[in-house]
Amino acid sequence: MIQFVARRLLATVPLLFFVSLVVFSFVHVLPGDPAVLFLGEEATPETLAKFRTRLGFDRPLVTQYVEWLGRALRGDLGRSLRTNQPVTEAILQRLPVTLELLGAALAVSLAIAIPAGIVSAVKRNSGVDLVSTVFALIGFSLPNFWLGLILIYVFALLLRWLPPSGFAPLPALADNARSLILPALTLGTALAALITRQLRSGMLEVLRQDYVRTAQAKGLGQGVVVAKHALKNALIAVVTVIGLQIGGLLGNTIITESLFALPGVGRLMIDAVFSRDFFIVQGVVLFLAVGYVLSNLIVDVLYSYLDPRIRLG
Amino acid sequence: MDPASLRAIALRQFRRSWVGQVGAALVVLFLIVTALAPLLAPYDPIATDFANVLSPPTRAHPFGTDDIGRDILSRVIHGSRVSLQAGLFTVAVALTVGLPLGLIAGFRGGRVDDLIMRGIEVILSFPTLVLALGITAVLGPRLIHALFAIGIVFVPHFARLIRGQVLTVKENDFIAAAHALGASDARVMGRHVLPNCLAPILVQSSFSIAFAILTEAALSFLGLGTQPPTPSWGIMLAMGRGYLEQAPWLGAFPGLAIFLTVLGFNLLGDGIRDALDPRLKA
Repeated sequence: MIQFVARRLLATVPLLFFVSLVVFSFVHVLPGDPAVLFLGEEATPETLAKFRTRLGFDRPLVTQYVEWLGRALRGDLGRSLRTNQPVTEAILQRLPVTLELLGAALAVSLAIAIPAGIVSAVKRNSGVDLVSTVFALIGFSLPNFWLGLILIYVFALLLRWLPPSGFAPLPALADNARSLILPALTLGTALAALITRQLRSGMLEVLRQDYVRTAQAKGLGQGVVVAKHALKNALIAVVTVIGLQIGGLLGNTIITESLFALPGVGRLMIDAVFSRDFFIVQGVVLFLAVGYVLSNLIVDVLYSYLDPRIRLG
Repeated sequence: MDPASLRAIALRQFRRSWVGQVGAALVVLFLIVTALAPLLAPYDPIATDFANVLSPPTRAHPFGTDDIGRDILSRVIHGSRVSLQAGLFTVAVALTVGLPLGLIAGFRGGRVDDLIMRGIEVILSFPTLVLALGITAVLGPRLIHALFAIGIVFVPHFARLIRGQVLTVKENDFIAAAHALGASDARVMGRHVLPNCLAPILVQSSFSIAFAILTEAALSFLGLGTQPPTPSWGIMLAMGRGYLEQAPWLGAFPGLAIFLTVLGFNLLGDGIRDALDPRLKA
């Protein structure tokens, strides 16, 4: 197991190096001129030149990259062009909100999908199965920003049960939970749909296996067979879906945070895009990409734990 | 088995699947609306009518009007064109770059394959929307930039898929036979390998169009895609957000349009994949 993790970690290093190259090229190689984009078309050539000198844009690209990478490795992603706040500090300040949202969305999706997937496989071709299959088909195609608006309209404006937007930080636990219910549903529904679909087919596959039939023949109750024998193997499919969807989840966090005015990393990025604060954009993209690569690594390790054939293969 | 009978089997399978049928119906409806937009739309989509702002759905305006009196039905109908453009343009970008990369990687193998696949892994290391947002941020918020960005993030999916297909197809005897007859690599790839990769490309394209429509709408919703006054479903939704309490129809109809279109392409993709499955397994 340790060998497997070490091998995967080692393979991640060159990948992260190339990721850093792509992120660096965002500001420096793509056709847009950051100086013009930041200062506007009307800026005089002198002002533009001063801006470039101040940020070191006039030096050779390789020198800029090496220095930038060196600083990034020490956790220094530069400073915001607007507020002068260190980029890393800005990200870390907002990270707890994003992590809480991601955790809540994952919890919501599992809370919907695990019972739905199991029941729909066990009671195949029943009414429940039909409902959950239709949910799985529809949920994936629902634009989350539209779903969010519908949820705000129904639960915040019509029924007035939950706040339409904003974030109540911890330790005000009840308010914190209330402020995250709608965002978590908005973010978690598509994932719930996918997991339901995958878990249903995973369970159907497992329920046909001989060892499940043996367990049933031994006289074990349906509940024990499903929970103890079938679910653990079907969960591999769930981990796979979650692993594949982490990227989508991170991207949709940006939309959800923006829709519900949550002060997370995604909102920071959107604000920075509009205020043309390139170093914040660059920092957040790098941060999310590294987070994505590392979470894929965790999923791989988890996957190999659930299915030993993977690490031994 | 000759290709005609394989096609017939796939078609028969497709006709049997309600998922594919519903998807195809939604996609055909979307394409008809897009093609006939100027004829179907009752009003000019950007014509304002200040005597008639925020009107709820009525006989004259079945989907109501927006905050400057524009007819929402006409805007939804014309908005379909932006969505179709988004879907087709991004898949075209992804195929133009991804197809040759996938073909070359699969066909050549060795170092070339390694190099291409590492490059693809790097792009796949970025969450799709994050990369699209980053590219749009630097290039500036315009529809063409957003579409280009979405197309680029699709490249790895196509390249990887095509490479996988090529690896399978090139093991067939008919490829060895073509080589033995003296066919050049380019001819073998274009004449023999590519046609055998078309089925999965079709499935992937359907899913990608759905995802591109969704992503264009998301970027426009955030203010980074299509710019006003061009009617785009994402922009209309963003505007509806400000009037959610007084005029919920502002966001309801464009949202429904996005949902049905995306659902259509996703179901169509599912249907085609299920229909082709026996052949893919063969």
